[in-house]
Amino acid sequence: MKRREFVRKSVGAGFAAGTVLAFGSINNLFGKVPLPYSPADLVAVKGGSPGQMFDRGIEALGGIEKFVKPNQTVVVKPNIGWDRSPEQAANTNPQLLTRIIEHCFKAGAKEVRVFDHTCDVWTKTYKNSGIEKAVKDAGGKIVPGNTEGYYHKVDIPKGVKLTSAKVHELILESDVFINVPVLKHHSSSRLTISMKNLMGVVWDRRFWHRNDLHQCIADYATYERKPDLNVVDAYNVMMRNGPQGVSVSDVVNMKTQILTTDMVAADAAATRFFGSNPADVPHIRKANEMGVGEMDLEKLSIKRITI
Amino acid sequence: MQYTSLKKIRVIISIVFFVLITLVFIDYRNILPEEFAKVVLYLQFIPSLIKFINVLSLSVIGFVVVLILTLLFGRVYCSSICPLGVFIDIVSFISRKLKKKKRFRYKEPHNLLRYFLLAVTVIFFTAGSIYFILLLDPYSNFGRIITYFVNPVIILINNGVAGILENFNVYTIFPVEIQSIRFELWIYPMLFLILVTWMSFTDGRLFCNTICPVGTLLGLLSRFSWFKIRFDKENCTLCGRCTQVCKSDCLDFKEQIIDYSRCVECFNCLPVCTSDAIKYTYKKIGDHNTGDTKIKVSSLLNDYDKNKRKFLTLLLSVFAGSAIGSIKQDTQEEYKDSTVPEEKEFPVTPPGSLSIRNFTHNCTACALCVSACPSNVLQPSFNEYGLTGMMQPHMDYHTGYCNFECTRCSEVCPTGAILPVPEDEKTRIQMGIAKFVKENCIVHTEKTDCGACSEHCPTKAVKMVPYEGDLLIPEVTDDICIGCGACEFACPTTPFKAIYVDGHSIHEIAKEPEEEELEKLMGEEEFPF
Repeated sequence: MKRREFVRKSVGAGFAAGTVLAFGSINNLFGKVPLPYSPADLVAVKGGSPGQMFDRGIEALGGIEKFVKPNQTVVVKPNIGWDRSPEQAANTNPQLLTRIIEHCFKAGAKEVRVFDHTCDVWTKTYKNSGIEKAVKDAGGKIVPGNTEGYYHKVDIPKGVKLTSAKVHELILESDVFINVPVLKHHSSSRLTISMKNLMGVVWDRRFWHRNDLHQCIADYATYERKPDLNVVDAYNVMMRNGPQGVSVSDVVNMKTQILTTDMVAADAAATRFFGSNPADVPHIRKANEMGVGEMDLEKLSIKRITI
Repeated sequence: MQYTSLKKIRVIISIVFFVLITLVFIDYRNILPEEFAKVVLYLQFIPSLIKFINVLSLSVIGFVVVLILTLLFGRVYCSSICPLGVFIDIVSFISRKLKKKKRFRYKEPHNLLRYFLLAVTVIFFTAGSIYFILLLDPYSNFGRIITYFVNPVIILINNGVAGILENFNVYTIFPVEIQSIRFELWIYPMLFLILVTWMSFTDGRLFCNTICPVGTLLGLLSRFSWFKIRFDKENCTLCGRCTQVCKSDCLDFKEQIIDYSRCVECFNCLPVCTSDAIKYTYKKIGDHNTGDTKIKVSSLLNDYDKNKRKFLTLLLSVFAGSAIGSIKQDTQEEYKDSTVPEEKEFPVTPPGSLSIRNFTHNCTACALCVSACPSNVLQPSFNEYGLTGMMQPHMDYHTGYCNFECTRCSEVCPTGAILPVPEDEKTRIQMGIAKFVKENCIVHTEKTDCGACSEHCPTKAVKMVPYEGDLLIPEVTDDICIGCGACEFACPTTPFKAIYVDGHSIHEIAKEPEEEELEKLMGEEEFPF
């Protein structure tokens, strides 16, 4: 209990400081060792396996070492919401997770933990999504998100509707936070990408649904503990009947991946794969207006890689 | 010497059955394989009998095995296979440890009460009501005691351990939600537990030979068992040791008679006899035993204790009262202040139960499905099925929803109230149909997007369709809805849901959701930005 108290109290200050430190060190890195290319705001990769695309994508972003330092703890937050098989693409691709975890350990991570606050029974979704096995095989630790006790209240000062939320302790405790959503059609939020994926790090989701879902998604995106890296899995993409899908006929093998530190940019770019305009997805528009990130893709330096 | 090992074998078999059956009920993490429950519960008399009548299959003749065992060896079922019987032995054992001088003595049986309860149970069952079986079956009562009272404690301990381990970043033991069984439902199992504990604490197997209809039924058979405990009058020194350890109070050393209708073959009497005067054998030793018993039994019918009569009257009036109260069986409405309350015509029965009728006629409310359900959706009912159905589980979509491909309840149900369903069929069993109440819906009242119902719908029977402005609102396609309750569970409105499942009285088969070709949205190599 004492540890929890500590976490709760130190979360605000601690993470603000931690983030600054992290960015400080990244800047130093850039200052000292000039990269052979100008770092991109967003990297889009196409044409390979999920693992290959991550290899190339993270390399273009400056390598995993830019995000994970030796002896740090990492939390990876995929989408494991539904009791569906990997082919149905309702959950993040397990192969991609395997590769991300391998990269983290290569960079010297002390521990890599993976969890989601699932919709279906979590023991079933973890197993049937293939993610539990993929994580364990890669040496990561699979952590449950099914009990309120894991979640601790934090304030979201910039939130309009959502001004506080109970957030999973791994998000609050880990040094590095990697968000790995799967791109899908979504009946509630139109599309689910990186910002919507963060609905799985909080406890009370019914509140979001009752109080303007899109606003709450944007509100939570303003919370200071943002993902250090977003990897949008668009290898297999559920084009309709999301977020669960009815059958594999809903899925297109798009073989794409987007990597960026900016959630709004990630979601804006991914929206284009559906032929939609980012501003037409209310939560992306709202998050953009609230200054969470940049949805105007013209303003971003984008690196496009085709394998 | 050989009798010492006979008793030991009895004790070991009893413990094995007791532990295995308890494990089946406390398997809250579904660790045990699917077949485990089926194998372990195969010999449970009442579930097997009910399932046999229901499905008429030779694969469920456990009760026949029990009848044969009884004819061969006496009431070994009561002694070793019945989990409540073993529980009673444990309580009785503890009471004897506490009171060292406690000795059993021969007592007259409570014939009127036991035969009356058996008759009522049989008559009601023949007339199509499972009510008295539900109230009196020892297996089902044991199951309820474990599910209602033991499981929460075990899960509480589990969660405590999980909380400690969490501090060390160990998550192999994780917290589990404690099922919140409503308090009113505790009353009967609690009274039953108190009654059984008190009876066994004071007088061994009194429950089994007075209240339990299975015990009484097998007692009718065990008079004709091949193997029996038999006296050898010539060797007997009238020391009385055998009677002192007879927890059924059925052995009278003075008259050298054994009331076989009450003897549960515990073999306690055998090893204590120092003069080889008591034997477990198929050979008759003299011919006085059975004759004496018969005379004794018939005479007993006339002179039972007056106090016991009062007790009996009280007990019967309780049962009769509940039976009369149960004749009126109506659907229930909830009365809470809300704009539009949920109006469920029928409760929802689990997948595989075929119909409310099949379910309520075959379920003994052992609560095994309740403890096995990984989604916590199966909950004991209060008056959803009327008062006779109290404690029979129903699908409570406020506590959870039925996992699309899960068939756990149908795998474990020992009575056939929930029949086994193949996984691919399960996803099309229509237990009910979702009803949408626009007046309660967030999209209508708040003019904001929600869609939690459609999100959780596994068949997309609940689809979002254009509403005012850019908003989308749910719409239900009845024929592909399976009534799993995911929409009802996910719906965030309070106190009444904007979408709820009304059960079918007879389950139907939902249509397969249609699959259409996807239009190609983009080229192979280009990035759309």
